[in-house]
Amino acid sequence: MSVRVIKSGIHDTIQDLGRYGYQQYGINPNGAMDKYSMAVANMLVGNKMSGAVIELHFPSSVFLFTRACLMAISGADFSPAINGDPVEINQPIVVAKNDILQFQKPVRGARCYLAIDEGFELEPWLNSYSTNTKAQAGGLKGRALMKDDEIFFKKDYPYKNPNSFKILPWKATTSWGDEDPGYLYIIQGNEWEQLTEESKQKFMEAEFIISGHSDRMAYKLENNPLTRRTNEELVSTGVGFGTIQLLPDGNLIILAADHQSTGGYPRMGHVISAHHAKLAQMNAGDVVKFKLTDVGMAERLFFKQQQHLKLLQTACKNRLGA
Amino acid sequence: MAFEYKIYSLGDSTLTIDYGNQINLELNKEVISRFHQLQSLQLPWIKDLIPAYSSLTIHYDMMQLVKNIQSQQTIFAWVKNFVEEKLKQDYDHQASENELIRIPVCYDPEYAPDMDHICSLKNITREELIKEHTSNTYRIYMLGFLPGFAYMGEVNDTIAVPRKQKPVQVHAGSVGIAGKQTGVYPLDSPGGWQIIGRTPMKLFDVSRDEPVMLRAGMSVQFYDEKSVSPEVRESVSPLDRGAKEDDRYIKKQ
Repeated sequence: MSVRVIKSGIHDTIQDLGRYGYQQYGINPNGAMDKYSMAVANMLVGNKMSGAVIELHFPSSVFLFTRACLMAISGADFSPAINGDPVEINQPIVVAKNDILQFQKPVRGARCYLAIDEGFELEPWLNSYSTNTKAQAGGLKGRALMKDDEIFFKKDYPYKNPNSFKILPWKATTSWGDEDPGYLYIIQGNEWEQLTEESKQKFMEAEFIISGHSDRMAYKLENNPLTRRTNEELVSTGVGFGTIQLLPDGNLIILAADHQSTGGYPRMGHVISAHHAKLAQMNAGDVVKFKLTDVGMAERLFFKQQQHLKLLQTACKNRLGA
Repeated sequence: MAFEYKIYSLGDSTLTIDYGNQINLELNKEVISRFHQLQSLQLPWIKDLIPAYSSLTIHYDMMQLVKNIQSQQTIFAWVKNFVEEKLKQDYDHQASENELIRIPVCYDPEYAPDMDHICSLKNITREELIKEHTSNTYRIYMLGFLPGFAYMGEVNDTIAVPRKQKPVQVHAGSVGIAGKQTGVYPLDSPGGWQIIGRTPMKLFDVSRDEPVMLRAGMSVQFYDEKSVSPEVRESVSPLDRGAKEDDRYIKKQ
C-alpha cells in the first residue's frame, strides 16, 4: 500500500502547513507554497486541512499506485492523466492497483498538491512532515522525491479494489471570491519610506516580471529596479512568507516557503496572507502588480478565504458520507 | 530600566518589536529577556518567536485569535496591545545567559582558506590571529540564516574584516569572521564569511532531540585544539564526533 515514484520530477517534496516554533534556532518553516490548494486536496479525500501532501512542480514525478486508494489533486493544472486517460484536478478519484499517474503539460499555475485518504506513513521531524532540504530532514529522507522512492499509506483502502480508476462525481469550487485577481495586495513594510518618491510610484504602478531564478525560497522580480534614499545597513531581523525585500542591486524579492528565519535587506512591503496562494501559483515570466492595503482589510480577506475552505470541507464531508 | 521600542506589522500575521537598528549588548539582553518572558506564557496563538540583534518578531495564528476580537478592532491591534502590556511588566530572566560553551577549532591551513588573506590585510601573523580569536568570550546575539547558525560578537578590530563580495561553498563546521561578528557554519552552505578554521563539534544534528546546540544569550569561547593535550585532542577527533560528547563542552559558570 504505497505510491512509488517510477520517474522523478524536477522538485517534488512532502509538505504540510510548515514547521513552526523553531525559527529561534534558525530552522526555517518550509511547508507548502500554496497552503490553500493543499487544504483543498486534503478535504477532497476527507482529511484534515493540515495533512501532509506531495507538492509537485513541472516536469513532475510519475507515480505508480501499488494499491487502490482515494486521492485528489489541487492547485496547478499540469494535465494529470491516469494510465494515459486525462483526469481533472479538484475531484476525488479512486485509483486502482497498478494505476499510473503522470502529468502531461503545464496549463495553469506553478505547483499542484497530491493528497490521499488518511495521508502518508512518514516520520515527522520537529512536529512537521515538511521537507527541509537544507537540513536534510523532514518529509521523505529530507530531500526531493527520487525514482524508486516508495511512500507508504497510513491506511489501507477499505473497499474492494476497483477494476479501473473511478472519478467521483463532484468537484471542489476553489474560487473564494478574490475580487482583484490581477493584483497582489500588500501592507507597507517598515523601510517603505526609504524609497525615493519616484521609486514608490514605480512600486505601485509598474508591472514586475518574475525571474527564472525564483524558487521555493523566494520570487525574484525583474525589469523595474528601485532606488533607496539611504545606504544605511540593517541588522538582521525576523522575516516571513510574503516579505518583499529590496536587494542592493535595486531589484525586489518576495520571500516564500523556504525563506530564512532572519534577513537584513530592507523590507518594502508584505504580501497579505490571503494572496500567498495566488503568489505561489505564479511562474517565471508572469507579471506582478502590487496594490496597497491595510492590516484590517488583509485580515478580512484572510477570514473570507478561510470561510470558503470551511464550507468546502463541510460539503466534502457530506459527499464522502464521513 | 525601560527601553524605547517601536512595534510594526511584518505582514498580516507577524509583528516586530524593534529596539533600534543596532548591535548593542544591553538592547540584545532586553530582547532575549522579553523572548523568554513571552515564551514562558506558552500561548497557543504564538507560532514562532524570533529574537534578533535588536528586535523580537512574533508570528501569530490569526485563526486562534479571532475569538478575542471586538468588532472594528484588528487582530494586529489586539496583539500589539497585548505585547505592550507585557512589556510594561518587569521580567527577571535567568536562563541561558550564564552558560559558557567552549568550541575547539582546528586552525590548520587546510581548514582555513581565508586566513592568509586576513593576515596580509591586517598585517598580523597566523599565530597572532589565532590568539586574538581565542582570547575573547563572545556573546551569541541571535540565531538565523541557517539551522543552528549563531551570530556572535564582537571580535577585536585587529582581526575584523569585511565579508566576501561573492558567497562561496563553505564546509560544515567552518569558523568565520564577518566584520566584528564571528560564527560557525553548522551545515555545508554557500556563505560569504572569511573562514579561519574548522570545528569538529556538531552545532546542528538532525538526529538529536534538540538538533541545535547553541542559544541566543549564551557565551562562547573558541580554543585552539592544538593547545590541549594529545589525549583530549584524540577524543575531539574524528570530525564527526557524536552528540553525547558535545555535552562535555557545556559548562556552567
